[in-house]
Amino acid sequence: MSATTTPIGHAAPAGPTSAGPGADAAHPRVWERPWARFAVRRLGRLLVSLWVLVTASFAMIHLIPGDPVRGALGPTAPADLVAARRASLGLDDPILVQYAHYLRSLSTGDLGTSLGSQLPVADIVGQRLPATLLLGLLGFLLAVAIAVPLGTLAGVLTRRGHGRRTELGFTTSSIVIATVPDFLLGVGLVYVFGVHLGWLPVAGNESASAYVLPVVSLAVGPAAILARIVRVELVEVLDADYVRTARAKRLAPWKVYLGHALPNALTSALTIGGLLLGSMVAGTVLVENVFAWPGLGSTIVSSILAKDYPLVQAIVLVYGIGVLVVNNVVDVVLALLDPRSMIRED
Amino acid sequence: MSAPTSRARAWRGVLTTPLGATAAVLLALVLAVAVLGPVLWTQSADAVDTGNILGAPSGEHWAGTDNLGRDIVARVLVAGRLSILLAFAAIGIAIGVGLLLGSAPFLLGNGRAARLVSAGVNVAVAFPGLLLALFFAVVFGVGATGAVLAIGLAGAPTFARLTQTLVAGLAGREYVAAARVAGVGRLRILVRHVLPNLREPLVVNATIGAGSSLLAFAGLSFLGLGVQSPSYDWGRLLYDGVGSLYVNPAAALAPGLAVLVAGLAFNLFGEAVAKGLGVTELTGPRVRRPATKAAPEPDEQRDHSEGRPSADVVLEVRDLKVSFAGRDGQLRPVRGVSFSVHRGEALGVVGESGSGKSLTALAVTRLLGDDATVEAERLRLLGQDLLAEATPAQRRLLGTSLAMVFQDPMSSFNPTRRIGRQLAEVGTEHQGMTRAEAMARAVDRLDAVRVSDAADRVRQYPHEFSGGMRQRAMIGMGLMGSPSLIVADEPTTALDVTVQQQVLDLLSAIRDADDLALVLISHDVTVVGEVCDRVLVMYAGRIVEDLATADLATAAQHPYTRALVAAVPDMATDVSEPLATIPGRPVGPADTPAGCAYADRCPLADVRCRSEEPPLERTAAGGRVACWHPGGEPDVVLAGPDLRRVER
Repeated sequence: MSATTTPIGHAAPAGPTSAGPGADAAHPRVWERPWARFAVRRLGRLLVSLWVLVTASFAMIHLIPGDPVRGALGPTAPADLVAARRASLGLDDPILVQYAHYLRSLSTGDLGTSLGSQLPVADIVGQRLPATLLLGLLGFLLAVAIAVPLGTLAGVLTRRGHGRRTELGFTTSSIVIATVPDFLLGVGLVYVFGVHLGWLPVAGNESASAYVLPVVSLAVGPAAILARIVRVELVEVLDADYVRTARAKRLAPWKVYLGHALPNALTSALTIGGLLLGSMVAGTVLVENVFAWPGLGSTIVSSILAKDYPLVQAIVLVYGIGVLVVNNVVDVVLALLDPRSMIRED
Repeated sequence: MSAPTSRARAWRGVLTTPLGATAAVLLALVLAVAVLGPVLWTQSADAVDTGNILGAPSGEHWAGTDNLGRDIVARVLVAGRLSILLAFAAIGIAIGVGLLLGSAPFLLGNGRAARLVSAGVNVAVAFPGLLLALFFAVVFGVGATGAVLAIGLAGAPTFARLTQTLVAGLAGREYVAAARVAGVGRLRILVRHVLPNLREPLVVNATIGAGSSLLAFAGLSFLGLGVQSPSYDWGRLLYDGVGSLYVNPAAALAPGLAVLVAGLAFNLFGEAVAKGLGVTELTGPRVRRPATKAAPEPDEQRDHSEGRPSADVVLEVRDLKVSFAGRDGQLRPVRGVSFSVHRGEALGVVGESGSGKSLTALAVTRLLGDDATVEAERLRLLGQDLLAEATPAQRRLLGTSLAMVFQDPMSSFNPTRRIGRQLAEVGTEHQGMTRAEAMARAVDRLDAVRVSDAADRVRQYPHEFSGGMRQRAMIGMGLMGSPSLIVADEPTTALDVTVQQQVLDLLSAIRDADDLALVLISHDVTVVGEVCDRVLVMYAGRIVEDLATADLATAAQHPYTRALVAAVPDMATDVSEPLATIPGRPVGPADTPAGCAYADRCPLADVRCRSEEPPLERTAAGGRVACWHPGGEPDVVLAGPDLRRVER
């Protein structure tokens, strides 16, 4: 793309072997290297996405039909209070002035003031964010911890010439499990382990045992999807020539599966796993509401219902950034694991 | 046949699988509830009974009552219609907007604007639907209308991406190009030629999408952001029921179950259809994988007396058969192959592709996949039976005494592991070496196969090696142990001509130095003639001739062998003439005839050849040949160019 084109970019193809006339200066050729092109392209895309995100969160409040302040304060609020609040939010300024102001505030970490509690939004977000992050991270780790061994086992059992029944059973049950939405699973778990058996706490995050149900509700669906992907990839990799080479070395079967096949299968599984991680960021919203988890997810819902727009705006922004960061981290990890993936997307 | 019949067959196929049938029944049930629910149960769903508030499940109220004493089951049944209609509305919006956005790049002519649209779609696709839905729920306000718009728009990027991919694929097709050359407008092309082809993938994805939006809607309503009282969908009932989970759990579990069943019905049906329709496109001539290993046929009893293994026999194969379970019964691409290889001997195996030579190599080295059935009267490496159950001792023997070289050096190394580690593995696995010892051995072996700077090269990945160097490293890997036999399956086919010679020289040098046995499989008679002492010629899964390499040019007995030799161009070949070929096609394992498999292509074939298969019998020269007319018309063969004229 345009960002990667250097003065010699048009003439010389990428690669260390091209040493044609005019490519004598070694310095600019760094931009021709795959990793540099990759980094520039990724950074460019990240910045554009960030800008879209910020603009969308700014636009949100202006897309709401009617007066958001009137909506938030209710029809009975005195007109001068509405006017004063509008003024303090800067809603009476021209839209571009508001946009510039919004960007300036964001760059200083100022996310505005909550209409409800009158506290700085940044403080509320800062206080709530860790609980959500922890929930998401634990959920992802659990999902991976379930999916990789399960998918590997299923892959080995259903490799070419084996286990058609097992494959059907595994695929069907993984579809069924993946269909169960996290909040329904959460409600079911609350009923069984909280109400019926009374073994585990069903709300809050005060004790370690309170983490069990929310993390499990969050992880099971993605684990089923990921396990299915790992199986499909593994079965394919097990047919590869280099796996036959490994078998020709007469390694113990488990070394062939875990040492040679699995790493290659995981590289491709990670591509889709990344999208899954993004969707788990969203999954925390519902799970938090089932378990009264003191994170951003329960806050965004209550603030949407209370029409506390500055708070909603900020949380949408934080979630969006979270998804962007996750997606980009996955891409970078993928590039490190398999350098060929950087070139492939050119 | 025509498209509609094959499509009808595909749909029928979907409905007859257990998964498809279950999903279809579930879906019919869910849709029936949606249609009939409000008609049948509205009265009991709205009947307030203040005497029985939050009642527990009873004979009268199966799932108890809500906070106004209304029957939960009736309310769940009534809520079905609204839940499903809302899901349909949302998925309709998603498809509509998705189609619009997805076909925009095509309509805009793939210019800057088109790129902008597709870049925007790509950014939006990476965002989880629920986050987009929350965003739109804020914009459109809390309530059913807002939620429909929110879930619909949140689903649009996925459909836009799908449409974009499909349209881009179709836009390259010839009939679309032809229409454009004919001056048909882009919009017209889209509507007339492109969109009709999207119907099937769209239907499949819409079905799955309906399930997802049903679940998403339940999620939004569960958060209190969807349907508002007094209306109710399943999500709303769940929201109300969860509040009284401790008093009457059934009030939450019943709508939850309904959501689950409906979501499953749509998703499973969509998956089953996707799989069914996808499979019809993919199968066709493909061989179906067998579920279990076919029972081995009883061994034919034969006289074992001749050719008793002498001390220097490295590999002994007798009556080897390889079969696969095909759609119409067993396919047997290798039909009874017997040979032995002695110490220091180089044995070539030649034949056209499909003759079974590579399968034979993989079968004798026990590297065939489990979908193949390998039978043999005898299969021994260094006197050890390879047909027996694999034991650790057998693994060690194969791992150290047998070296394999495969055809494609580009794909035969693990791309994610360093070369040195891949070699060293043999040492640590079978020879009790430490990692350091094994690595030192790997460097030494790479040195031995003339990989320069071996000490640095071991730290490199396969993609940093050239093709020839990789093939040498592969040979070096075989030399990690102390092999008695090297089996090389088309080791030079994937290489440049100049590199081919180096690899062949290396194989010869190794054989000479260590007195190893070599089995070289190739479709190229020249390669085999250069390296080997003896040649097995295979045709249609059998050995048709076994002769000394020296006899290839002048004393070959089988017409097929002679035709193979004659087809090789040499310095005397008139380059202005077309290259010599053997007329006709080789027979496949599915259509092996009763008589000699080569009869249809053979100039000497007579009635007997077509009805009776010739046995492989010893010749005076010490070889073996399977032919009813061995050595017939040798003069034609000697005059190479004449053969072509005769055959034309």
